[in-house]
Amino acid sequence: MSAEPNVTVAAAPPVAALPTRRQQSSMARAFRNPGVILGGVVILIMIALGAAAPFLGTINPIEPHTSGRNRPPGGEVTVRDDDGKPMKIVYRLGSDNLGRDVYSRVLYGARISIFVGITVAVVSVFAGLIIGLFSGYIRWLDPIVMRLMDGLMAIPAILLAIALVSLFRAGIGAVILAITIPEIPRVVRLVRSVVLSVREEPYVEAAITTGTPMLKLLWRHILPNTVAPMIVQGTFICASAILVEAILSFLGIGIPPETPTWGNVMAAGKDVFYLFPHNIFYPAIMLAVTVLAVNMLGDGLRDTLDPKLAKRV
Amino acid sequence: MTALDKKPVLEVTNLTVAIAGGGDRANAIEGVTLSVMPGEIVCVVGESGSGKSVTSQAVMALLPKGQLSIVSGSIKLEGDELTTKSQAQMRAVRGMRAAMVFQEPMTALNPVERCGDQIEEVLEIHTDLDAKGRRARVLDVMRSVHLPDPEQMIDAYPHQLSGGQRQRVMIAMALVLDPALLIADEPTTALDVTTQAQILKLVREMQVRRNTGVLFITHDFGVVSEIADRVVVMQKGRIVEQGTKAEILGAPREAYTRMLIGAVPSLVPPDRAPVAGAVTLETVKLNKTYGARTLFKPAGRVVKAASDVSFQIRRGETLGIVGESGSGKSTVARCIARLVDPTSGRIDLDGVDIARMSERKLRPFRKNVQIVFQDPYRSLNPRRNVGQSIIEGPMNFGLSLDEAMTRARDLMGLVGLSPDALDRFPHQFSGGQRQRIAIARALAMEPVLLIGDEPVSALDVSVQAQVLQLLDAVRKKFDLAVLFITHDLRVAAQICDRIAVMQRGVVVETGRTVDVFANPQHEYTRALFSAAPGQGFGNRIGAGEVQKVPAL
Repeated sequence: MSAEPNVTVAAAPPVAALPTRRQQSSMARAFRNPGVILGGVVILIMIALGAAAPFLGTINPIEPHTSGRNRPPGGEVTVRDDDGKPMKIVYRLGSDNLGRDVYSRVLYGARISIFVGITVAVVSVFAGLIIGLFSGYIRWLDPIVMRLMDGLMAIPAILLAIALVSLFRAGIGAVILAITIPEIPRVVRLVRSVVLSVREEPYVEAAITTGTPMLKLLWRHILPNTVAPMIVQGTFICASAILVEAILSFLGIGIPPETPTWGNVMAAGKDVFYLFPHNIFYPAIMLAVTVLAVNMLGDGLRDTLDPKLAKRV
Repeated sequence: MTALDKKPVLEVTNLTVAIAGGGDRANAIEGVTLSVMPGEIVCVVGESGSGKSVTSQAVMALLPKGQLSIVSGSIKLEGDELTTKSQAQMRAVRGMRAAMVFQEPMTALNPVERCGDQIEEVLEIHTDLDAKGRRARVLDVMRSVHLPDPEQMIDAYPHQLSGGQRQRVMIAMALVLDPALLIADEPTTALDVTTQAQILKLVREMQVRRNTGVLFITHDFGVVSEIADRVVVMQKGRIVEQGTKAEILGAPREAYTRMLIGAVPSLVPPDRAPVAGAVTLETVKLNKTYGARTLFKPAGRVVKAASDVSFQIRRGETLGIVGESGSGKSTVARCIARLVDPTSGRIDLDGVDIARMSERKLRPFRKNVQIVFQDPYRSLNPRRNVGQSIIEGPMNFGLSLDEAMTRARDLMGLVGLSPDALDRFPHQFSGGQRQRIAIARALAMEPVLLIGDEPVSALDVSVQAQVLQLLDAVRKKFDLAVLFITHDLRVAAQICDRIAVMQRGVVVETGRTVDVFANPQHEYTRALFSAAPGQGFGNRIGAGEVQKVPAL
């Protein structure tokens, strides 16, 4: 090898002459996926219904009207309002055993269900991400954290939720916490597995040898690899959180029964299910459609953002 | 061997395979014409992207559907046209009359099925032998490929076999029906050199004994010179030239062939003057043991990846560590870079022992040891542009953005890339260019020791020569100590001042490269050297020197 110390090697090859196919960002691809479009549109409709509930001909969803109990859809009742004037109520989707309007309760219920779903998804993904990053990267921490997570996963999620709700005063905060905690170990495991494989990548090792501090290393080189699977996982958590919230409410251990949530509406209708199936039917339809939409969104995102995961699951 | 009166087993005429949607070119291969006679080994040789694998896939009708399709030309197997056959008809051809051996013996075998059953499956599909007859035939073929103890091995799972044994099972599977044509697609590339020598010998033996025609795909001229009867040189989907081994290797007509052959490093090391600089790195009885007991894990099988490794590297000197996979050479490199913690021993860097330093104490020393990795596609963060990758290290050590960018621009020029490329992303560069960037990133830290962990193994031979030249040039310019890990004896012969030979975690021999090559002392070194393919090929001193290689 007889190159002179003055190194200009082999007549500088033309740089970046490689013809690269125009890379389409995976986000742009995701927004063309039919599952993402359909699921996204349905969720947006649900959010809009919840947000616009006061303007869609609803009445106070909490106020009982003893004279209008258990009316079928389309039933009417005349009540006196606060000023004593007579007021006609049309129960579009019937009324429950306290004379509350199922239509109003179902629309207002969308607010709570979707709020719970999204909050649980964001909080559990965020918490799981932080725990998973450190657990996957710091070797001595890993066995300790993972045994803790194993312990959490060994407790049935609903049972843990019941225990937590009974510890705190029943309310939306307690329900969110109760659903979030059992979800965290699942996120931690996923993040950790990504970290464990990425930390072996030569570019991460190169960053270690160039003295990159740990936090910067995690942020720059490892975290970006977890974003796609986290978005996907987040949607699935959202769907399951909406379901679990409904289950807890239905069992009467979640949000106080007068609050309109889909689970509470169904719980109120369960004793008279054979006579008045509408009490359970309409909230159940909303719940099923929402969960299906979130899952479709998640599947679509998974297929476009994280093709490897698509093969694995 | 070549009988002119015989009909060719395989006759490919004017074959063109189109790429759907078009990549960087319209056709994967274009106008390929070649033939294989019975009992003849035809080597198809070329760099990555030359279309040599596509040719073999086209013959077996294994082209990926919807991506590659034959648009014109003919493929005749024993006079029988294949391009017009349906997939069902091709199934009868595959296995019976033409068989294939793949590169990766790990993935080509089904991990959950016994080896014997996998060979037997071929017989089950293509013959009407009964179970007893099939088993006898399997044992027979396993014996003929020299698998030790076939009665035992027939019931073994692939993971219980070594890489070489797995490749023998693959060959047994391919040959069990006595096909007229065997296609071997880089069958020894994933194997160690000593195993490779055995497999090459086996292919030779099979072809002589059974008069099989062999189409052998490879990128390695050493292998070509070892087993080929005739050679076909391909470049960018076209045949550059073909002829007998003597013609192609001895007197190539085309400039491209001459360049390829010229870029193959010689096995005869040049006589390099001993380096007398100060000792930069000294390891003393360095040990790394895996599988020891931890808090949550009982002691498993303890593996000594490196035991009592001691060597020195001086300023301006290149020490090569050569050895086969699993010999511990990478472990040693990673211990010195402190990517793994050594179990015991000393690593003295300019007189300071860094072996047991805590991460915090180690940080100021991090910059002194830099490493260039094997895989150019994974050694740069795909989400960060080249500039960001290069300046990350210097900025960790307090350089301002401007200073770091100036340094990065200088270094880009130094490694032969345009400074304008700093804002581009890794996927816009070829493998060789990425390796140059990785070298620039390492140099940006102004290290005293540069570790190359197989830095040219993933590169084509012509690019390899350029990167080797660059490494040697920066060593001279910055008076670096270089630790060069490689399994390739040809590369080691050309770039290293001294070499250390490792086997199972132990350095069995150290010495000046010239001395070790000329007069290997240890039994293992001798075995390793004699296994290197193409001993007599290209062994003029100075062969493979890079100034002869035109820039690509």
